[in-house]
Amino acid sequence: MAMTEQQNMMRRLQVQSFVLTDVQLYLDTHPDDPKALECYRKYRHLREQTMADYVNRFGPINSMQVESDSRWTWVDTPWPWEGTV
Amino acid sequence: MWVYEKKLQYPINITKPDARSAQIIITQYGGPDGELGASMRYLSQRYTMPYKEPAAILSDIGTEELAHLEMVSTIVHQLTKNLSLEEIEDSGFAPYFVDHTVGIWPQAASGVPFSSSTFQSAGDPVTDLHEDMAAEQKARKTYDNILRLIDNPEVIDPIRFLREREIVHFQRFGEALRKVQDHLNEKNFYAINPAFDLNPHQGK
Repeated sequence: MAMTEQQNMMRRLQVQSFVLTDVQLYLDTHPDDPKALECYRKYRHLREQTMADYVNRFGPINSMQVESDSRWTWVDTPWPWEGTV
Repeated sequence: MWVYEKKLQYPINITKPDARSAQIIITQYGGPDGELGASMRYLSQRYTMPYKEPAAILSDIGTEELAHLEMVSTIVHQLTKNLSLEEIEDSGFAPYFVDHTVGIWPQAASGVPFSSSTFQSAGDPVTDLHEDMAAEQKARKTYDNILRLIDNPEVIDPIRFLREREIVHFQRFGEALRKVQDHLNEKNFYAINPAFDLNPHQGK
């Protein structure tokens, strides 16, 4: 089954978020490692861009990202267990 | 505090119901070596961790475990949501079904409910971090056994991801233990409990 554009963008967000999760744990025990800090900075930037694009096109991933003045769109975006994105 | 993201840590999209697999995998939600216990263990232990790097590791791995229990719950949900009554009866799922229908409830594969008696928060950093390293190995073992029992690639893929994380967490807890030991008497790591005896109100 071909992936939708939303699924593709969600995969990118998951990959970039995962890199950050992993490097954050590494930095917890190696807080002075310059290469890990560089990786953290790079992926934080990439993730910020992907997150902004995703939210702009497909709606909020967390409840601080609701932009509509007419509807609380937090309730409309899919729940992760539904397997749709 | 925590802020929820409507997003799984790793994608899960299971298209074929399988009650037998669900009954096995639910143990990594509420079983003795599961993700709920893992998260509660680390998030409970962190308050008495006197050193900053190990306290960060306990907080951050405890948080990642919350994402893992969401993944395990999602796997169980997707394996059970479209079950027919016939499949429920034939697969041995009826004893769970009669109490929970196809709701998600933290229990071991054996049916034993989740219990905090499966983990410790000892208030002693050396003790706690050794328990944490053992916990990651116990969870890795359970994922290995799950992989021995299932054959659906849509389930195997996220289970392999979760198994891999246990190994990374084991490594990080080992590093955190070394950080704690760096603060202790190298001839006798057990001379004091740094979470208690260094406090002027508590130490002897």
